[in-house]
Amino acid sequence: MTELAASDPLPKPKRDLAPILLPVALALAMIPLVGSPSTWLTLTAASLAMGMMIFIMASGLTLVFGLMDVLNFGHGAFIAVGAYVATLVFAPFAASVQADSLWLNLAVLAPAALLSMAVSGALGLVVERVLILPVYGQHLKQILMTTGGLIVAEQTLYALWGPQIIPMPLPASLRGSFILGDVAIAKYRVLAMLIGLAVFVAIQLVLNRTKLGLLIRAGVENREMVEALGYRIRRLFLGVFMTGSALAGLGGVMWALYREQVHASMSDELTVLIFVVVIIGGLGSIGGCFIGAILVAMVANYGGFLVPKLALVSNILLMVAVLMWRPRGLYAVTSR
Amino acid sequence: MTDLLKLSGVHTHIGRYHILQGIDLAVPQGQVTMLLGRNGAGKTTTLRTIMGLWQASSGEITLGGTRIESLATPDIARLGVGYVPESMAVFSDLTVKENLVLAARDAAMDDRQLEWIFGFFPALRRFWLSRAGSLSGGQKQMLSIARAIIEPRKLLLIDEPTKGLAPAIVMALIECLKEIKRKGATILLVEQNFFAARELGDSVLVMDNGTIVHRGEMAALAADVPLQERLLGLSLEAHQ
Repeated sequence: MTELAASDPLPKPKRDLAPILLPVALALAMIPLVGSPSTWLTLTAASLAMGMMIFIMASGLTLVFGLMDVLNFGHGAFIAVGAYVATLVFAPFAASVQADSLWLNLAVLAPAALLSMAVSGALGLVVERVLILPVYGQHLKQILMTTGGLIVAEQTLYALWGPQIIPMPLPASLRGSFILGDVAIAKYRVLAMLIGLAVFVAIQLVLNRTKLGLLIRAGVENREMVEALGYRIRRLFLGVFMTGSALAGLGGVMWALYREQVHASMSDELTVLIFVVVIIGGLGSIGGCFIGAILVAMVANYGGFLVPKLALVSNILLMVAVLMWRPRGLYAVTSR
Repeated sequence: MTDLLKLSGVHTHIGRYHILQGIDLAVPQGQVTMLLGRNGAGKTTTLRTIMGLWQASSGEITLGGTRIESLATPDIARLGVGYVPESMAVFSDLTVKENLVLAARDAAMDDRQLEWIFGFFPALRRFWLSRAGSLSGGQKQMLSIARAIIEPRKLLLIDEPTKGLAPAIVMALIECLKEIKRKGATILLVEQNFFAARELGDSVLVMDNGTIVHRGEMAALAADVPLQERLLGLSLEAHQ
């Protein structure tokens, strides 16, 4: 029996830490520029919270991009739908939301978030079957179909709820800040960070510790070979699409509470950010998406504080810079 | 000897190109059938059509008497067809172990089968927990073949396993495929390396322009230099 190339030296897989260190380096570089340590801490906490919310919304899109090769320009619809569904729960229980009891607040917030995820996920099922299924593999048609779907969704929300902005006040126990010396960190931002981290850890556990995760990772890389091994990847597509839609719904609730308002075109401001995150993270990479979301939020917060006029283009500049460094994103996964 | 796989009048179109133009072939049970031909003759398309990765436009494909031409790729795979593509297509982000776990599908990996595979491919044991993307080309090919045989398959479709590999690795792969053959596997093997073809093949099919232009015993083709030159443009010796 021949030792088939067993003697060949195997290059040790390199741990690519540069993208992980990037937000750390950026945050540290901002200390002298911002000047005040307390302002820097506040901005950093705001960046992390905003980054986590963007990550939650973008994580589904990056998997849909990577696994299904689908350009879903209508992802923002799930965000808006999630937020509106939450208002349906918040409105009749306004007294409980404003009660000065954490448990009472959570008793409304948790079902609202779960219902939003369920409705957005169900809407994802309909969108995948009706809009995406006929145009798999046809990018131009995907863009047209999903953009059309987004317009229909927005107009439907206008028709059902009216054009006015709906207030969505934070629950009473999530108002205010934690005070650490002369640093104030908003309670809601801490909650957003915790939820974002929990979502990230949950996705990583599923992707790295379960067979379902193996299939998703393999499918992102080579769908055809996964099918040739006997797996029906279309079902996996549908499951990932629904999960991504549900996460967008959760992100919509969190963003609405962050802004304390809901309106049908709320996803417009987020869609560009989400696409920037997905692209700079590397299509299909959850880790890249996580780091990309933090970077985008940092650039928005630090940039907005230091050079307010630059805030409008800061994320595009970030994307250009990252893609010049790594043309396929921070962590390239797919061969596409 | 009964035929495990039969193609009758199979046509395949890819876009506006008519690639397979009425393929008729049979792969006998327990034999290695070589599929030879010049580049662009339609060999890879034949394997992909059998696997359902490209849909046959017309014609019949039967596996053990079951019509499969309209089945989806996963259903064909679950009927017991293993596929080793030309590109190897290992999942580079997954470890060697994870690649094989996926290939074992619903079953746990059979330890005896795994040991048998390690006997041929000791590198896979050594790099069990390494990312497949960090393996060398030869090691990736080993993994790709291991993935196809980790579970018993009725039929193996293997596309140019020796392509681009160093001679020492080619020899080792030939030994491995011989052993798989001795265990009774049925293989349809596309190969450009005629030395490998001669070593492994029981029967041979030669393709040209999307049709089968010759069928017969591999030994007979190997012995007939003028026929080789007529069918393939070069003799076997010229390819060794």
